[in-house]
Amino acid sequence: MSTISYRQIFADGVWNQNTGLVVLLGLCPLLAVTNTVVNGLGLGMATILTLSFSNLFVSLARGIFRPEIRIPAYVLIIASVVTVIQLLLQAWMHDLYRVLGIFIPLIVTNCAIIGRAEAFAARNRALPSLVDGFATGLGFCLALVLLGALREIIGRGTLLSQASLMFGDFGDSLQLTLIPNHPGFLLALLPPGAFIGLGLLIAGRNWLDARRPLTRAQRADSSPSKAAAPADGQGEFN
Amino acid sequence: MKKAENSILRSAASLAAVAIIGTTLLTGVDKLTAERIAEQERRVVLEQLAQIVSPDRYDNELQDDLLKISDELHFPRGQTVTVYRARKNGEPEALIMKLAAVRGYNGMIHLLVGINADGSLSGVRVASHKETPGLGDVIEVEKSDWILGFSGRSLQSPATTEWAVKRDGGEFDQFTGATITPRAVVEAVRLSLEYFQANQALLFQAPAQNTTSEQL
Repeated sequence: MSTISYRQIFADGVWNQNTGLVVLLGLCPLLAVTNTVVNGLGLGMATILTLSFSNLFVSLARGIFRPEIRIPAYVLIIASVVTVIQLLLQAWMHDLYRVLGIFIPLIVTNCAIIGRAEAFAARNRALPSLVDGFATGLGFCLALVLLGALREIIGRGTLLSQASLMFGDFGDSLQLTLIPNHPGFLLALLPPGAFIGLGLLIAGRNWLDARRPLTRAQRADSSPSKAAAPADGQGEFN
Repeated sequence: MKKAENSILRSAASLAAVAIIGTTLLTGVDKLTAERIAEQERRVVLEQLAQIVSPDRYDNELQDDLLKISDELHFPRGQTVTVYRARKNGEPEALIMKLAAVRGYNGMIHLLVGINADGSLSGVRVASHKETPGLGDVIEVEKSDWILGFSGRSLQSPATTEWAVKRDGGEFDQFTGATITPRAVVEAVRLSLEYFQANQALLFQAPAQNTTSEQL
């Protein structure tokens, strides 16, 4: 695991082991906030930051904790990181914070974060851990943004509405109305739409994966064992 | 035995160390951001209030001139209503009540009701609600003009008996598929006007109960 390349870390985090679409962790925020792109992006960026820093700190602290208390220690680290991010958001992106509300503090409970701490950061050096956190967060963020885009286009006919929450006045110019006079398709905006949309995204990802010619990595170890047993121990945190 | 004790101590010490580092970090960040967060919260409240009573109508600090009232008859379910009082040159100009309509379809509908000193409505806005998206959410100003229809109304226009949705024989439109939501809002606005009529003098004269600036 220690010889893993950065390229592989990114491939795993964004595609092969995508938190939202493959490992299916952190579904609660994934389903709850993705009624618009901007909400998804906001939570996604907060998750990227949390994962990067929690991985970094866990990696730096590895060896300090006895195995029996490592989980509470990770939770303390993650909770501190999330609270710092929450305070910063509250101070500098207050309107976005108000939209995301409870889902910012709830990042603590996103199993993907403790999962990466346990499966990766606790066994690797600081820099690879930071990169792994970033890549995993990026994968999650992409899933959030894609699902947000899908639901926003179908549900409202717009894209990037309320972008001013994130980008200030500049954001207003980003908003696109793809379908003028869209009557609104409620199903896409309500929770069932989130489940259906997520199902479609997972199906789409699997379809692309199946069509894809074998990658170098897969050719290198073509044994099926890798596919059968994904990353070490990630499933434990469901 | 000695060894086991040592390992427990070591575990406890390392956990305590993380907790101390974490707490120190959070205290620091909190100190750094507290002022800005309070400022932001004030700004949000002011922006919401400005939608109802425009800032050029008053010259006092709205958020320092507030009153907390409770009155089970007009504001049921034990809610505490915050009243912001707008004055110009010390004269009462308008007030804004932050209250909840309790008979919504899904939980409380939090409203801001602005009442001019003459008893007419300056405006009404929904601060937050959990009504059904697509049906009940038409009360949001972003979704429709319905809520703007309150501006300028008073207990005389329409008469008290007409303060209801059309379905109940009143003046106010309901929405297709959603009667309960507008009914709840109309009722809450009427009750706040009645409270205002009965307590107008007290509402403007009572000394400010300036606790802390609060989030809407």
